Amino acid sequence: MSAVREVRVGLATCGIAAGAERVAAQLRKEKESGRFDVPIKRVGCVGMCYNEPIVDVVDEFGTLTTYAHVTEADVERIVAEHVLGGTAVDELVVKSEAFFQHQVRIVLENCGVIDPESLEEYRAQGGYVALAAALEDMTPEDVVEAVKASGLRGRGGGGFPTGLKWSLAAQEISPEKYVICNADEGDPGAFMDRSVLEGDPHRVIEGMAIAAYAIGARHGYIYVRAEYPLAIERLEKALDDARAAKLLGENILGTAFSFDMQIKAGAGAFVCGEETALIASIEGRRGMPRKRPPYPAVYGLWGKPTNINNVETLANVPWILRHGADAFSAYGTETSNGTKVFALAGRIKQSGLIEIPMGMPIRQIVYDIGGGIQEDRPLKAVQMGGPSGGCIPASLADTPVDYEALKATGAIVGSGGMIVLDDSTCMVEMARYFLDFTQKESCGKCTFCRVGTKRMLETLERICAGEGTPEDLEKLVDLSENVRQYSLCGLGQTAPNPVLTTVEYFRNEYEAHIEDRACPAKTCKALIRFHIDPEACKNCGLCARDCPVEAIQAVDEGYHVIDETLCVKCGRCEQVCPFDAVEILTGKVEG
Amino acid sequence: MGAHSQAKEDVRVAGELVTLPRSPSSVIPLLQKLQQDEGFVSEQAIERVARYTGASASAVYGVATFYSQFRLTRPGRHTIRVCEGTACHVLGIGAVLERLTEELGIDVGGTTADGLFTLESVRCLGCCSLAPAVMIDDETYGRVTPDSIVEAIDAVREGAT
Repeated sequence: MSAVREVRVGLATCGIAAGAERVAAQLRKEKESGRFDVPIKRVGCVGMCYNEPIVDVVDEFGTLTTYAHVTEADVERIVAEHVLGGTAVDELVVKSEAFFQHQVRIVLENCGVIDPESLEEYRAQGGYVALAAALEDMTPEDVVEAVKASGLRGRGGGGFPTGLKWSLAAQEISPEKYVICNADEGDPGAFMDRSVLEGDPHRVIEGMAIAAYAIGARHGYIYVRAEYPLAIERLEKALDDARAAKLLGENILGTAFSFDMQIKAGAGAFVCGEETALIASIEGRRGMPRKRPPYPAVYGLWGKPTNINNVETLANVPWILRHGADAFSAYGTETSNGTKVFALAGRIKQSGLIEIPMGMPIRQIVYDIGGGIQEDRPLKAVQMGGPSGGCIPASLADTPVDYEALKATGAIVGSGGMIVLDDSTCMVEMARYFLDFTQKESCGKCTFCRVGTKRMLETLERICAGEGTPEDLEKLVDLSENVRQYSLCGLGQTAPNPVLTTVEYFRNEYEAHIEDRACPAKTCKALIRFHIDPEACKNCGLCARDCPVEAIQAVDEGYHVIDETLCVKCGRCEQVCPFDAVEILTGKVEG
Repeated sequence: MGAHSQAKEDVRVAGELVTLPRSPSSVIPLLQKLQQDEGFVSEQAIERVARYTGASASAVYGVATFYSQFRLTRPGRHTIRVCEGTACHVLGIGAVLERLTEELGIDVGGTTADGLFTLESVRCLGCCSLAPAVMIDDETYGRVTPDSIVEAIDAVREGAT
């Protein structure tokens, strides 16, 4: 039995969506009523999203007890038995060792630990020590060299060496330069940057200030997705506090270095993740990319030398300066140093925000950290890199997470979305989904990206509708090559990846759609039929009651049948049947 | 010359003072303020932004139609945002969206005739562990099913009457 030091509630967007605000309010209510007097602390994403809302009770020795799926009703017991009684409420406690033991937390070291709105807590964890050390003991060249030595590469997906990027902007001679933090996290299924901004905003500010010192910039922008209101709110607070503490503004920490930054809210355009499009957007124009070179390091925002890094890249920088380049490069593989944050989601048991040393095999992430596939179904593929990435099949699950190894599979490390797929996912439909995305998000500047992706999408839609022809596959591959080659920016250059990887690894599924008019995953509506198994049907009538188009009738033989000419394939009958009598059939009708 | 070093002026939006430079770099933040205030970007708003920033009205219109955040028609009282992120997609948001369009009688982007609901789809709400997810105004509904979302809509309807 030990005394309780503090109670933490995970209040990032995901926690709030799961109801953590109500839990926090209940805790505050109990505290205000005088029942206990232990600090209640708001923290960012704890990482175990599958357990939200999460309450962590920390004892006097710093030991953590994690409560999962906490409801307002549970709060009463946690307060009575643990906070006051000193004994954990065992049946509400969740074991988190397995989830965390394979992780290495550099970028996320403070996420879920400190109050993101407290500068003091950030400093207590060593925050701004790296900035002070850089300003006082290092020349800008030393900083660039340290980042180069660490081997840090761009975490937004490109993988360009960060130190090299900085040195290019640093060597430009100009009275005005800019640093930009790219927080326009647009990949569907990715929320790493948002979590860092919501959970540890000062870390990004510190990283930006260090970058500014290294390249000689006095002004910075952080371009945040407009869909991240909480991240913007916490950043604004952090900027105000940093200014008040002389960590931003004129003569930072009493040195000759002056730097300040402002937030630019994006307005919803995926292409703005591309650096020249992002610059156009900050300048107030349509976010359309331009030809490079000149690169932003030479000709960037308002024509001035500009350095652009992603949130996670910058969040690594303070740690690297504090612990040294060698400590960072000790993690990872030969060409990919350090760690990578992933948003693990999809058909996985334990979805969440994870950080792993580079080089960890995909299989280990899925099974050891993610706990395996929901309902213990077989792993089919892992989608990495979102619309720019690809589907890595289960047969390649031992591929290490490393820039080069993943590229060899046709996918990419990407910004960090990792969606786990099982046998219930149709890979043709998956390719269609991503092409639909890129086609809508194409800015329209390059013909192949604008029209080519449209034609690819139409082809995929035809295949999903059971109207594909054997020539379609070759056409898709051919068009992919052209779109890749004749697009100006990464959006078009990588848009074919979801198609190319699925054609390569799941060609049989494409062929089943085209030749047999069958969808092996039984999800493409045009290719499936609903049927009631007379043997299993108990004639309860639940399905007929729920059918929105009255396509189900009882027959004299004592079971129900579906009239396929009326059926709209909504699947409600299959969901409500208590006897699993509704089957989904696919393929050509026999006989 | 950078925006931060330009002359800044105050512009009043819905009684609130906003300090923005009188340059084209203010087009997006100003459109965002006006939309926040009026619920959408009106023709007058476009002209106002053009006058203030010095950008042409057609350039402002170009920006307003380029970014998905801006809408040019008045929204309903409640906005339903259906997440079409990858996790939601593989976990069955399609059936949820289908039921919603059926229930409301509108397509994505539409507003019900009674002006109560606008249906939108979003790329990713970023709460993938709650997939499939839908937001109604500021409230997030996780692990929704076609039935549960209809119940949620009904509750909003009842609250509205």
